[in-house]
Amino acid sequence: MSAQSLETPAKIDWDAIRRDFPILDQEVHGKPLAYLDNAASSQMPQQVIDRIVEYQTTFHSNIHRGVHALSQKATDAFEETRSLVRQFLNAREDAECIFTRGATEGINAVMHGYGRKFLKAGDEVVITHMEHHSNIVPWQMLRDEKGIVLKVVPMTDDGRLDLEAFQEAITDKTKFVSCIHVSNALGTINPIKEIAAMAHAVGAPILMDGCQAAPHLTLDVQDLDADFYVASAHKMCASTGVGIFYGKREMLEKMDPFLGGGDMILSVSFDETVYNVIPHKFEAGTPPIMPVIALGAAIKYLTAIGRDNIARREDELLAYAMEKLDTIDAFKLYGPRDTKTSVISFGIGDVHPHDIGTILDTAGVAVRAGHHCTQPLMKRLGIPATARASIAFYNNTDDIDALVGAINDVTEIFGA
Amino acid sequence: MTDLRNLYQEVILEHNKKPRNFGPLEEFTHEAHGYNPLCGDDYHIYMVVEDDVVKKVTFDGTGCAISKAAASMMTTKIKGKSVEEAEQYIAEFRAMMADELDDDGQEHLGHLKVFAGVAQLPNRIKCAVLPWHTLNAAIHGNDGTSTEGEADEWDG
Ligand SMILES: Cc1ncc(COP(=O)(O)O)c(C=O)c1O
Repeated sequence: MSAQSLETPAKIDWDAIRRDFPILDQEVHGKPLAYLDNAASSQMPQQVIDRIVEYQTTFHSNIHRGVHALSQKATDAFEETRSLVRQFLNAREDAECIFTRGATEGINAVMHGYGRKFLKAGDEVVITHMEHHSNIVPWQMLRDEKGIVLKVVPMTDDGRLDLEAFQEAITDKTKFVSCIHVSNALGTINPIKEIAAMAHAVGAPILMDGCQAAPHLTLDVQDLDADFYVASAHKMCASTGVGIFYGKREMLEKMDPFLGGGDMILSVSFDETVYNVIPHKFEAGTPPIMPVIALGAAIKYLTAIGRDNIARREDELLAYAMEKLDTIDAFKLYGPRDTKTSVISFGIGDVHPHDIGTILDTAGVAVRAGHHCTQPLMKRLGIPATARASIAFYNNTDDIDALVGAINDVTEIFGA
Repeated sequence: MTDLRNLYQEVILEHNKKPRNFGPLEEFTHEAHGYNPLCGDDYHIYMVVEDDVVKKVTFDGTGCAISKAAASMMTTKIKGKSVEEAEQYIAEFRAMMADELDDDGQEHLGHLKVFAGVAQLPNRIKCAVLPWHTLNAAIHGNDGTSTEGEADEWDG
């Protein structure tokens, strides 16, 4: 990353960067849009949109199958993205970077391809109280099918994982660990490298759910020693429809593919099919070519700004927001105050988050209100839901001011 | 802010703060559970129906101000009314949410018209309608209703 920091201009024109995002320049309910729902889906810069238009208007075609020029060009762009993903994750080789439909599919691919093949009754799979439903439900399906034991590492009151409890949960019966890297509901950055070391100490592989880490942190799957790492492109300034699924070569090679179909085979007869090599073994059928190519453009865009710069910018906006929000009596923050990404999960007195969301929306402020697909986490905090403002580097202090102003409307209306 | 005042009218805020007929009934003839999985609004409705009259009706659970006030005001409205009239209210409330309520219905709904503002907010209609969905389920002996399910003919 150091080479990249050197290339980055010392002073970044964040206003110019914001202008790269055409969607932000609009009014909602007659107010300037303050888009603060980036943890659900981030927005797309013009550079990525242009790339999509270029693909659709000049070389849209299927990949890995045609001898014609368009197909070759599409294949090259598709495979270029794989290389960019490898660099983005610092994976050893391109073949370890697989495209799925999203993070959810990546986790399911591991459950089916590794879990169903290698785990048996009585084996323990360790997850945490902080997981997104997509990292709970597949393991419950495996539990119900195979009789594995699902162990849940508790969370502290301030929304962190207790490493001692983690250590206790991992025993020689532990055969797999699946853990969220950064919490989508609270923003907590988990000590995932230490957790990986604990898993590996008993010989268990680890899957890291990096959905919320990928857009904000500099990643190095080799340094973290991730066996599997998943993320979703729509949270990384690209489009819906594609996810990143990284696996160590030796893991991917011994796993079964999740889906069967075209492209994932070397030969097919009615007696026998020979699977293709990785990554193709895991990419059955025509992949989401346009979203993959868009992801390539998004990674170039993020890398050009510099991921350290992005993290710094988001931390600054978070600090600016917290300073103002902390002066509101009825404001209650859920989750930790540091070692976190720019996610603000909050309540206002006893106002229901859904009402907060509506009032904020009327002020042009887009946040998410709900359980954030983390019902066990909400239950642990003793609340049905939170309002969540999630900041991206292209937000600015006007967005934060709009948020604070709208929260003041909430306290005024509800007398909170 | 003016739009918001239209949505969050004083009556609604007041019922949200001090919900009427709130809490479970130990003995009841009808009961149903209503749940909105998207936002977590979660209510039970309990009724005592005798001779086709709603003698008692209460609700219990958690949710946003709109759903809670809707449930509270619904119970005060239908208590003491015939089941037939309760069903009429259900139909009228639903029509109001669809912006299709006729003048007779307007008249009949009375102060429940404070919820008319919700009809302008598509993503909040489910909140206001959930208690009424649940009441419908209780009357017809369905165990429960979900705003996302197909159990109720109102969905779609
Ligand atoms: C932490 C986390 N894990 C998993 C997911 C699921 O991602 P997707 O719905 O794109 O598959 C999300 C997105 O909501 C998330 O935030």
